[in-house]
Amino acid sequence: MRVVQRTATGAAIRETVLVQVRDLSKHFPIGGGFFSGQTVRAVDGVSFEIRTGETLGLVGESGCGKSTLGRLLVQLLPVTTGHVFFRGIDLVTLKGERLRRMRQEMQMIFQDPYASLNPRMTVGEIIAEPLRNFGVTRELDRRRRVGEVMRLCGLSPAFSNRYPHEFSGGQRQRVGIARALALNPSFIVADEPISALDTSIQAQIVNLLDELQDRFRLTYLFIAHDLSVIRHISDRVAVMYLGKIVEIGDSDAVYQRPQHPYTKALLSSIPSLDPDIEAGRRPILLKGEIPSPVNPPAGCRFHTRCPIAQFPACAEQEPPLDDVGDGHLAACHLPGKL
Amino acid sequence: MPRGAASEGVVLAPLLQVEDLRTYFFTSTGVVKAVDGVSFEVDAGEIVGIVGESGSGKSITALSILRLVPHPGRIVSGRILFGREGERGDVVEMSEAEVRELRGSDIAMIFQDPMKSLNPVTRVGYQVREAMAAHRRFTGRTALGRVVPMLEKVRIAAARERADDFQHQFSGGMRQRLMIAMGLSNEPSLLIADEPTVALDVTVQAQIIELLRDLSSELGTAIVLITHNLAVVASLCTRVIVMYAGRIVEEGRTREILKSPQHPYTWSLLRAIPRVDGPQPAQLTSIGGMPPDLGDLPSGCKFHPRCRFRVDRCRNEEPPLAALDAAHLARCWVPMDVALGRQEGDQG
Repeated sequence: MRVVQRTATGAAIRETVLVQVRDLSKHFPIGGGFFSGQTVRAVDGVSFEIRTGETLGLVGESGCGKSTLGRLLVQLLPVTTGHVFFRGIDLVTLKGERLRRMRQEMQMIFQDPYASLNPRMTVGEIIAEPLRNFGVTRELDRRRRVGEVMRLCGLSPAFSNRYPHEFSGGQRQRVGIARALALNPSFIVADEPISALDTSIQAQIVNLLDELQDRFRLTYLFIAHDLSVIRHISDRVAVMYLGKIVEIGDSDAVYQRPQHPYTKALLSSIPSLDPDIEAGRRPILLKGEIPSPVNPPAGCRFHTRCPIAQFPACAEQEPPLDDVGDGHLAACHLPGKL
Repeated sequence: MPRGAASEGVVLAPLLQVEDLRTYFFTSTGVVKAVDGVSFEVDAGEIVGIVGESGSGKSITALSILRLVPHPGRIVSGRILFGREGERGDVVEMSEAEVRELRGSDIAMIFQDPMKSLNPVTRVGYQVREAMAAHRRFTGRTALGRVVPMLEKVRIAAARERADDFQHQFSGGMRQRLMIAMGLSNEPSLLIADEPTVALDVTVQAQIIELLRDLSSELGTAIVLITHNLAVVASLCTRVIVMYAGRIVEEGRTREILKSPQHPYTWSLLRAIPRVDGPQPAQLTSIGGMPPDLGDLPSGCKFHPRCRFRVDRCRNEEPPLAALDAAHLARCWVPMDVALGRQEGDQG
């Protein structure tokens, strides 16, 4: 389905941007005492857009800022600086009732279906909660909608009186998805929605998200550390490192012709299930560790670990996220050289 | 037995031989058969993967080998023969003192969360030394002298200085290196690694896989890798054992299992995992239903309720783990070669 969208209406999609992020930053102040005045620069000046109906995959290692970025987009966290435009309206400047109304359109699915569902509420109540919050006052209407979204998510409405602990991990994630769907949103941020699930269950949830997208023309930001899942589900992919987007482009382009050395190293690290490919795989082992986001390296943030950094340029000048062809962007002074 | 029974020459006994192991948990709601009749072998220096999802029994199998099964579980039957020629013993029959001597000296284990396994208030160098001093092989000055080389062996940079650091000063990947250093400090002949990379990022995972591979070949240590991740197995193990519902459902050389899986569970699992390379399917092949409830297993083949290739017999009779060839075993009445052949036949 995604392929059809891309080839047949590629031009149209290009014109309809649902979410536009401009120069977005989130800095968390840390501690008092010795550290006072310092900040963790979790997200540090990122700009990109998400097109209507697409899945943008956001991938990166722990601590790169991908989850923070996801929360900023749906305004679960206040931004430090920058803008998030949703249908052209800057969410950052919205307040009160107007922001609340916009929120209806943006929902979130969380990683841990055990921690994100209130154990004292029945799943029917959990799914109905957003409906109640957004003015669906009649009990009957709520119940009807709950049944509807449960069915859409492969859950029998007969289970709406049960509690989360009576469900398996995969079913709980279906409840989380049903809750996100209840208000008929157009944009969903899914933060590691399958990483806590067993392998055989992961595919069920991925396929469900795919189906729902086709059916309701949903737009997804899919956040994950697993590059294989991102490859499967995404139309376009953004790679984050230390609070920055270092590469973004069409999935096929990024996976087949990675331009940033970090993307290349990430991809080379994944073992292949094809023994012939695996036999020839040579992982690019990065030196050292991810630097602290309190004090990120000057110049290119990746230069301290980059196998091809050239000095002094890489250590002094921060490379802009530039087009390397066909809307494929990379933030590197030597794109495609590794 | 799958291997080793060659007719000519002297056949060395395997390093580890698990025979019909059964480890049950006696809970208030009934008996949970976590491991139910598992037999396999590991040769000296070999790297074997045990793959399975939650409830497959893979971790309890590992804990059984070290007699570390938590309450209310216990090994109810079976043998775990371990050791080189002449000094083999049955771990199940050993006294508590004998098992304690075995753990950490001849069989070492590393876990997925090194943070929980390291002492937060003693210096890491001291902990490595303690791991050695706990056994008779290296003591006193010898042990002290081996700490820094051991840290160097797991490629911790500036090992001499870092030996004086505490665990919180290390990253997740570095802590796993420390665990490996402690595990290997007594030169065990077998290392059991339970999900050693599950908490790590892919770039760090790649480093740890390479480290384990190098150390195994350098020191001749056999490794049993317990994991849910087939890709990690693909990159590290020469042989793989697939577990489901407390049983081995398939076993063979990694290459063969990946290229030509014969159990429908393995076959389906490989199609349910998205891939970074190769052609991208429009949809993943999902496995319906849920992993089985060990307290309430179905009759017949334990996978049959989720199996798209089941036949009548699967519902009532549990298939044996049968040899398809000398090195490939599957517990299935209709192995994939047969099932797929039948489908093609139906179409034609």
